[in-house]
Amino acid sequence: MDPLDLSLSQTADALREGALSSRSLTETYARRAEKLDPILHAFLQLEVENALREAAAADERWAVSRKSGNAPGALNGIPIAVKDVLCVRGFRCTAGSRILEGFQPPYTATPVDRLQKSGALILGKTNTDEFAMGSSTENSAYGPTHNPWDVTRVPGGSSGGSAAAVAARMIPAALGSDTGGSIRQPAAYCGVVGLKPSYGRVSRYGLVAFGSSLDCVGTLTRTVEDAAFLLEIMAGYDECDSTSMPSPVPAYRKALLDGPDLRGVRIGIPKEYFLPGIQPDVDRLVREAFGKLQSLGAQLQEISLPSTEFALPVYYLIAPAEASANLARYDGVRFGVRREGDGLWETYNQTRGKGFGSEVKRRIMLGTYALSAGYYDAYYGQAQKVRTLIKAEFEKAFQEVDVIASPVTPATAFRLGEKVDDPLSMYMEDLLTLPASLAGIPGLSVPCGRDSIGLPVGLQLCGPFLGEEKILKVGWAFQQVTRWHLEAPNL
Amino acid sequence: MPLTPIEVEHIALLAHLQLEEAELAKYRRQLESILEYADRLRRVDTSLISPTTTVLPLRSVVRDDKIGESLLCDDALANAVERERNMFRIPPVFE
Repeated sequence: MDPLDLSLSQTADALREGALSSRSLTETYARRAEKLDPILHAFLQLEVENALREAAAADERWAVSRKSGNAPGALNGIPIAVKDVLCVRGFRCTAGSRILEGFQPPYTATPVDRLQKSGALILGKTNTDEFAMGSSTENSAYGPTHNPWDVTRVPGGSSGGSAAAVAARMIPAALGSDTGGSIRQPAAYCGVVGLKPSYGRVSRYGLVAFGSSLDCVGTLTRTVEDAAFLLEIMAGYDECDSTSMPSPVPAYRKALLDGPDLRGVRIGIPKEYFLPGIQPDVDRLVREAFGKLQSLGAQLQEISLPSTEFALPVYYLIAPAEASANLARYDGVRFGVRREGDGLWETYNQTRGKGFGSEVKRRIMLGTYALSAGYYDAYYGQAQKVRTLIKAEFEKAFQEVDVIASPVTPATAFRLGEKVDDPLSMYMEDLLTLPASLAGIPGLSVPCGRDSIGLPVGLQLCGPFLGEEKILKVGWAFQQVTRWHLEAPNL
Repeated sequence: MPLTPIEVEHIALLAHLQLEEAELAKYRRQLESILEYADRLRRVDTSLISPTTTVLPLRSVVRDDKIGESLLCDDALANAVERERNMFRIPPVFE
């Protein structure tokens, strides 16, 4: 048995049955990560020795539990990776920025803490666009990540390091964050499963803040079952995050046990998501996926979400506005890198002017403008009102359908450097993922084929607020009758 | 939405960003084109719509005002660029 072929859920089974030790599992992944990272640059930090020590401790816990009968945590001994925007004590946290170079967080983010308490061990921190601002991972101050299916192309972003690492089998699963599509889009580009839960379903405590009314912590995995597995452990109220939902956490994995039966499930296809410029392969493969869902018993119907065209301008006013406030804390005083100027104000200006990269400064400028006196109502205020319309359209749609299905992106992965000088064209990559972010609803990206040159295509499934079970059920049904998630790039 | 160089410098000042001349010129062009794109929002009649500040049904979440564990002073100061005793040290505010 090659442990690299196993999903996270299968790995957990193999460890529990004693067919695999955490030490050999972790060693296998660590060696592969070390071998491939010079090509892909998925990781910003790999801590192999530490992970192997923790793996040995996990094997001890398995040995003890076999005698005592008390099972250890569900993830005992499984290595995972964490996007470098989540704080983990003992690891640096740079958020892909020079301004946080060498920053050692004094605490661990709640979702990571919950996975660690369940026995997971952290192999490393993955690359990201600076402060999660980007759709290609090219905005990382530490250099871009490469797409494992074609290293001349981007892995998507901003969770591009996590997506590439999972796709290249350097790790069984990784955490990401999604503010406007930053989990779902790289998942689609890299051919893995990306889950953005509902806003507030998973605590944001310990996540480097970008757009606080939009930021969500989620997962990149090979299977939908694995996403359900991790969500079940991470989700739920956290007293450290006043925006975490107190609603009970369903047994997400249990909802998947029924098998691929979608009878009675109503799936809406929003006509606005099939834009004139859509890549023909993407259009074809996503429609073939709809056909598969129908053959499993789902009822398909066309729906309309007329405000979709406004999601992009709404997002690119609200997220930068929130970011400009959140990033005010990087002033070279309490943490990060300082550039000394003449007095305190000059020091602030120098620190920030030199410490932030181009895209981050662009968004701070845009957000500052949108919030400034005289422009607030016209830009930020109007964007918040149109956001209400977008959210209301989803609520209305979910009275008629259970799940909304669409492409994740209008095209497959683009070439490195292709869009760096054209921010608007880069922002267009997020067109189909932004609406769910603005509405706060869950979204899932599932691999559904590859285009004519072999690049992965993703199917997006969105559900109502806190309706993760519905999209997981449809996504897992799809994976049980397809094999896209079992294919790995040739590396 | 044309922006003047003075407006762009003013935004940079508000944002505490020291920018080079070339950066100011680049951001002026790029912000103009992004704002021009955003102008399509003006077409939407929102006179009867209230803004969404949060998608959550929660409002004003409070907790009991109990003293709990907090960061140790040394942990909180561990990343300080400059430290003096139990304080962050900064360049002088007043000349």
